[in-house]
Amino acid sequence: MFSAANLAAIVLTLKLASVVTLLLLLIGTPIAWWLANTRSWLKPPVEAVVALPFVLPPSVLGFYLLVSMGPNGPVGHVTQALGLGTLPFTFAGLVVGSVFYSLPFVVQPIQNAFAAIGPGLLEAAATLRARPWDRFATVALPLARPGFVTAAVLGFAHTVGEFGVVLMVGGNIPGRTQVVSVQIYDHVEALEYAQAHELAIVLMAFSFATLLLLYAVNRRVAALGA
Amino acid sequence: MTRAMMLVLAMLALSTCARAAEVQAAVAANFAAPMKAIVAEFEQATGHKVHLSFGASGRFYAQIRNGAPFHVLLSADEDIPARLEREGLSVPASRFTYAVGTLVLWSARTDFVDARGAVLSRGAFAHLAVANPKLAPYGAAAMETLDKLGFAAALRSKLVFGENIAQAHQFVASGNAELGFVALSQVMKDGRIAGGSAWVVPASMHSPIRQDAVILARGRGNAAAAALLRFLHQAGAVAIIRSYGYRV
Amino acid sequence: MTALVARFRHCYPGFGLDVDVRLPARGVTALFGPSGSGKTTLLRLIAGLEKAADGYLTVGGAVWQDANHFVATHVRPLGYVFQDARLFPHLDVQRNLEYGLRRVPPASRRVSLDGVIDLLGIGPLMHRKPDRLSGGERQRVAIARALAVSPSLLLMDEPLAALDQARKQEVLPYLERLHDALEIPVVYVSHSIDEVARLADHLLVLDAGRVSAQGTPAELMARDDLHLARGDEIGSLIEATVASHDDAYQLTDVVFPGGRVSLPRQAAAVGERVRIRIMARDVSLTLAAQTGTSIINILLARVTRIAEAGPSQSLVALDLGGTAILARVTRKSVDALGLNPGLAVHAQIKGVAIL
Repeated sequence: MFSAANLAAIVLTLKLASVVTLLLLLIGTPIAWWLANTRSWLKPPVEAVVALPFVLPPSVLGFYLLVSMGPNGPVGHVTQALGLGTLPFTFAGLVVGSVFYSLPFVVQPIQNAFAAIGPGLLEAAATLRARPWDRFATVALPLARPGFVTAAVLGFAHTVGEFGVVLMVGGNIPGRTQVVSVQIYDHVEALEYAQAHELAIVLMAFSFATLLLLYAVNRRVAALGA
Repeated sequence: MTRAMMLVLAMLALSTCARAAEVQAAVAANFAAPMKAIVAEFEQATGHKVHLSFGASGRFYAQIRNGAPFHVLLSADEDIPARLEREGLSVPASRFTYAVGTLVLWSARTDFVDARGAVLSRGAFAHLAVANPKLAPYGAAAMETLDKLGFAAALRSKLVFGENIAQAHQFVASGNAELGFVALSQVMKDGRIAGGSAWVVPASMHSPIRQDAVILARGRGNAAAAALLRFLHQAGAVAIIRSYGYRV
Repeated sequence: MTALVARFRHCYPGFGLDVDVRLPARGVTALFGPSGSGKTTLLRLIAGLEKAADGYLTVGGAVWQDANHFVATHVRPLGYVFQDARLFPHLDVQRNLEYGLRRVPPASRRVSLDGVIDLLGIGPLMHRKPDRLSGGERQRVAIARALAVSPSLLLMDEPLAALDQARKQEVLPYLERLHDALEIPVVYVSHSIDEVARLADHLLVLDAGRVSAQGTPAELMARDDLHLARGDEIGSLIEATVASHDDAYQLTDVVFPGGRVSLPRQAAAVGERVRIRIMARDVSLTLAAQTGTSIINILLARVTRIAEAGPSQSLVALDLGGTAILARVTRKSVDALGLNPGLAVHAQIKGVAIL
């Protein structure tokens, strides 16, 4: 059904989105927990930095990632010193870029879920002998589950749909950094409209199905909670 | 001054205004710098007003087919103007080659690229940037050159592709790719290569990178559109084009 | 015997707490006071949910906080009942009860879960989620959950405040059973004088972050200067003993130091201890013993103190000979009768409530 190149792009995109979503949940959860609970003056600046990808054009983020991860950039110096080479044009580079770009889509739903739980139930758990980690695992995590579902779906979908950052740092290498969105752009630019349609329709159907699932699940959760 | 003379002057001013027209020009991104210089002279000489849009030629094609309000197109290649002509979207016989691009193998580092391109045979680099050969004539020319040199297979795994020649240049300029095939016009300043090290690829290594211009169907009868394309042939414009590393 | 010694100095924006209290090892101590007086804050400081900058706290001889130590809440052997129950919404009643229990080492468990379930009458609720419980049921489960950890100290923060009158009446009997069954000290925050009257053995009155009085509820409620209750609610609490029943007229007599009163027939057995309440508005005074009156409870008393209670009213504190009660009369009557501390009067009691 798909051409080999299109299929490779689809497989790569799914792999990228899965890895990025997993990393985002690991990185986003402690950030969201801290933001939901802190009274530090650092909270507004950290929130602003996390939310930057909401407002910045991806080209800005992609450009700075390209420069900072390059051989003369600060991140590039570190990765080279660690013997990892430089990140642009690699799958790892796409992962790093996508994590930055989708971070607010994961942090905010989790942060909202944690904030909605409030300190009351965690205090109750403390009076019932639960240590801090225990309280987090047995009270905060299960109660924030709808937030985690939303975060994972949005993080995954947003990474699949992401274009500007991968375009800037990817180098468009088939099988390594050539994801679906860039592939569609290439087809359009090369006037291969039939191929572009083939992928664009898949992406559209996927995005619609994902969001439909999300809203249906959230509605069910809301109905159960009522 | 008599009343009659003032009237004549006023009428003259009015008639000049009536002849001055506006033109919307879509211009290939690689030709942005010379085009701005040319348009400045053109506007001063003719009183016409030019609105410039820079971008990828393939995207302009898609937009023109879907009714974009451009009067002329200065493409980065010769295929798109030819195609527009076939499809009746341009004024027949208005098409001509306004510039021939020069390919250069360039590195932001000094002493990295030698004057004969031998650096390619040593292969002592991680990334070689080229423009996407499917989309950009400079990319196609770069691949032709590598083929002709016999390095295409050996260097395949080191190739990274910019969406266009501008992105290929950015990969090299930021140091993420040690070297890459870019347009000479991108690294020329005041008639010479401004920084790094370069090998100007001989024209014999690839088919010529012809950049064609055409008057679009919407520009039919627009005096300014015709005047702008005529102006590109004039000595002053040709000198500007050459100073950016193009051949004419 | 002292079970709990607490000294806290703690400042919040716009509010300071400065207390130094000792609470008995057994029975219910009520922390009473208006909103904003610092009762909940004091309870939270005892629980370690807040940390006073300057604090000293020992419970049963163990130091929970001093200049160098602060024992975290989850290490303190206490039970805490919140005003809003705070049951875990994702767990059913059974698992809410087991949450704390499972975290207590078996060797330290002294309370049987079945006993607690029984005591609070929540057996039929075990498999319900908290959102399927009524307010009163939720509060009973919360109390059971706090007891299930075998606490050495039970802290209760206005457990009835969020309930309507009917729910309060549903939960109060369980609290009274608790009072009789528990061997541990209970600190009970309340701003309802009714609850204090029914449950407390010891009363600590807080006002603007300081302890303004402490003693037994009977002592303190007879004091007009504390304003424990407002207006019509002012009254006195008396510990009494059932003396006899009159089957013909369906009355029960109770006695207390300095007096004996009749009230409608009670189920309590002769010799049983009861608490009765006499509202100040139900007490009127005469200089001479009245005859030809329908009022049957007339006691001899001595005026101890007179305080103004509004533009036209006065509160008269009376000593019945070992027991204090209050009477509310008009200022005009105070002058007409020439009431003065030391004067002997007859107190006519229109109504007596048993609690």
